[in-house]
Amino acid sequence: MKKVLSYALLAVGGIFFIYPFIWMVSASLSPEKDIANLILFPSQFVFSNYAQVYEKIPIVSAFYNSLFVALSVTGLVLVFSSMTGYALSHMYFKGRDALFYLIVFTMSLPFQLTLIPQYILMVKFGWVDTYLALIVPYVISGLGIIIFRQYFKTIPKDLIDAARIDGCGEFKILFRILWPNAKPAIITVAILTFMSSWNEVLWPIIVIRNEKLMTLPQLITLFAVGGRAESQLGVKLAAAVLLALPVVIAYSIFQKYFIDSMASSGLKE
Amino acid sequence: MKKKSKNLIPYLMITPYLLHFLLFVSFPVLFSIFLIFHRWNIISPMEFIGMGNFSRLAQDSYFWQSILNTLLFLVIHIPLQLIVALAFALLLNQPLKYIGVFRASYFLPVIVSGVVVTILWQQLFGYENGMLNRILMLFRVPRIGWLTNPNVAMPSIAVMATWKNVGFYIILFLTGLQTVPKTYYEAADMEGAGYWAKFFYITLPAINPTIFMVVVLSTIGGFSLFIEPYVMTGGGPLNRTLSTVLYIYKQGFFFYHMGYAATMGVTLTAIILTVVMIQKKFVEKNS
Repeated sequence: MKKVLSYALLAVGGIFFIYPFIWMVSASLSPEKDIANLILFPSQFVFSNYAQVYEKIPIVSAFYNSLFVALSVTGLVLVFSSMTGYALSHMYFKGRDALFYLIVFTMSLPFQLTLIPQYILMVKFGWVDTYLALIVPYVISGLGIIIFRQYFKTIPKDLIDAARIDGCGEFKILFRILWPNAKPAIITVAILTFMSSWNEVLWPIIVIRNEKLMTLPQLITLFAVGGRAESQLGVKLAAAVLLALPVVIAYSIFQKYFIDSMASSGLKE
Repeated sequence: MKKKSKNLIPYLMITPYLLHFLLFVSFPVLFSIFLIFHRWNIISPMEFIGMGNFSRLAQDSYFWQSILNTLLFLVIHIPLQLIVALAFALLLNQPLKYIGVFRASYFLPVIVSGVVVTILWQQLFGYENGMLNRILMLFRVPRIGWLTNPNVAMPSIAVMATWKNVGFYIILFLTGLQTVPKTYYEAADMEGAGYWAKFFYITLPAINPTIFMVVVLSTIGGFSLFIEPYVMTGGGPLNRTLSTVLYIYKQGFFFYHMGYAATMGVTLTAIILTVVMIQKKFVEKNS
């Protein structure tokens, strides 16, 4: 009896979280007059909403912009955080502990504190309306460094010492020995970084005004807020579906990695 | 020579971090402190105005309204988040089948962009034909102005934010619950303790650190609200969903009041840290 009740409650929860998404997809494929109904499945498929999104905004270039920015940020974060994480876990140097506390302290600073001066920096560098503004401020992740540091600590010192005796350079040790042994840390940092870069909206809205350079969430936000969707629900919903789709596909394949990575981001606080 | 170069290697490894720190953390923080005493629109020369920004802030009803709005958001969002997340975590923390499927479906809103969730819920909240009002009408309940009634709009956003984030907190609670030693429950069973006694005397104290974390993360999230009011309400009706970040955005990037926007950023940071400190004191007292 208790089991049945548990399943029932869990299923109600599942519907509560999933149904709105199903409705969104169905509504985006339905004629405008049907959208108001509680549809589960479109009575007739129309793709006009998607066609209108494609006509009205440069959604394809925005997709490539987002992909380019998120991949660049992720690649650079992996390289730079693992470098710092390596230094913090397997090297001795003056100020090492101070550096660690500095990183933790920096992570606790709210973004609201640095938003305005960072924007001014972008203006002074002439980076407004360039990819640099979207990438460079994000190439370091305090959380990434901490995840790599923790993980590298579990790799035996002997392995590194043996490589050093063989005359291996430190960068070679990092990328040829530590990286292949730290796949879970790499996956976690990569997912967390990619997701936060892909979903970021506020910063792109501030530093990018040229429509050709806009990221996908930014473009769709401005489309939804501005008048171009002409208060047609279906068109807005179609844009939202296009924004969600890549992430949902990735999530449905690597679901466990996503959940574990995101959970570890909370536990490290 | 060899030894010397070897000693430099750690510093080489941390150089990217340090450069980034100097440029994007320490400079902005120091420059903020400089900016708050100035009036500046980036183009014309900076003008020193002493405490001018602060006296303006003290009288700026929009700013204080935005703080009040955030507090209202938190008062609804935090308890709701805690109760829903903990309830589902307890349900999932049982030897049942398909746990993975349920877990994955609750997590879906977490990974999707806030823009998607906001556009979606804007339709659900719609007055004429939104899904929520359609359901209400099925039960012959009059329509509610989810986003148009000044007293309802912010609570609506708080509910939406809970829907978006709760999957994340379910996982955190689930992890927390799995660290509670089974022997505690076995001992309580021997004493004949009931379900609720075990919940209040064993489970709750054991997951206290998780509760604190959920409260702090939700608080920081609440003070960071931007995209939700930006897309759904523009801060209205009657500025009752104006969030502080949205107001900073308007002052900074519409009116180019850089000094004043930086002043609000610094003040908001102080408010966030104060609220988190109070929460920390409160948790320590209760554990």
